[in-house]
Amino acid sequence: MWFKVLLNMENKNYLNDINEIRSLMNRSSRFISLSGFSAILAGIYALVGGAIAYYFLFSNGNERVFFNENNYNTASIFLISILILSIASAYLLSRKKARENHQKLWDGTAKRLLVNFLIPLISGGLLILIIFHNQHYGITASLMLIFYGLALVNAAKYAVGNIHYLGYAEIVIGLLCAIYPENGFWLWLLGFGIAHVVYGGIMVLKEKQA
Amino acid sequence: MGIIDNINKLFDHRVRLGIMSILVVNENADFSRLKELLDVTDGNLASHLKALEKAEYISTEKSFIDRKPNTSYQATKKGRNEFKKHIDALEKLIPK
Repeated sequence: MWFKVLLNMENKNYLNDINEIRSLMNRSSRFISLSGFSAILAGIYALVGGAIAYYFLFSNGNERVFFNENNYNTASIFLISILILSIASAYLLSRKKARENHQKLWDGTAKRLLVNFLIPLISGGLLILIIFHNQHYGITASLMLIFYGLALVNAAKYAVGNIHYLGYAEIVIGLLCAIYPENGFWLWLLGFGIAHVVYGGIMVLKEKQA
Repeated sequence: MGIIDNINKLFDHRVRLGIMSILVVNENADFSRLKELLDVTDGNLASHLKALEKAEYISTEKSFIDRKPNTSYQATKKGRNEFKKHIDALEKLIPK
């Protein structure tokens, strides 16, 4: 009887241990002040902005809803406004949530989240600018490299190691590939072939040192 | 005995277990970050860090940030292995 009580107590402590481990792992490695409401707001801004843009830009005639030379500037202003509003809302709501939970908004996890968020975003933005500038479509290799790189960067958050460096390399090569589509094949080889070999080599060396 | 063997005495404390939990999922963490997450006093945290360092479960890296000394801690390979063994043992002890 006594033994059984003791055993139960021990079990309870171990369960507490496990719960505490789980909570610390989450709190220390993930940004937890993001508010779902900011996503809803961003969606609403986009819908409203889109509706207004549609009304002003495409109300006369049956033009397709797409960028062209005539509406480029106006449409850009709409897009940038939506972006700024969304970022501002996300920031304010996160700050509120962090305060409620007595946590710092700007800590390691916030920094990590922002960096991981901005890398795909800025890459995508640059790619779109390049496509706009050149109006070419032979960018298959480029897109493969870029999205592979983005996938690596995202996956790195859940894996031990530094896969993200390979991700950065793939993204840069993918962007170069978009600028120089005539060299697409060689850049594809550089990204998928050489970069993998070099990165794999570094990893092996590091593992040996550890 | 069996599974009890893998319960690591060194992890049999909230703060030490906490330090390891943080360091296995983060590349590194500095003293103030650990203190903030674990909600402990400087002296308490320092003594537990020392114990883990002595066992070679964690390693330290000293540097200067804005001319202030900064110590960053990371889990060693040995520390990660021991921690994993400990968690596996804990899970086995808890009835499903």
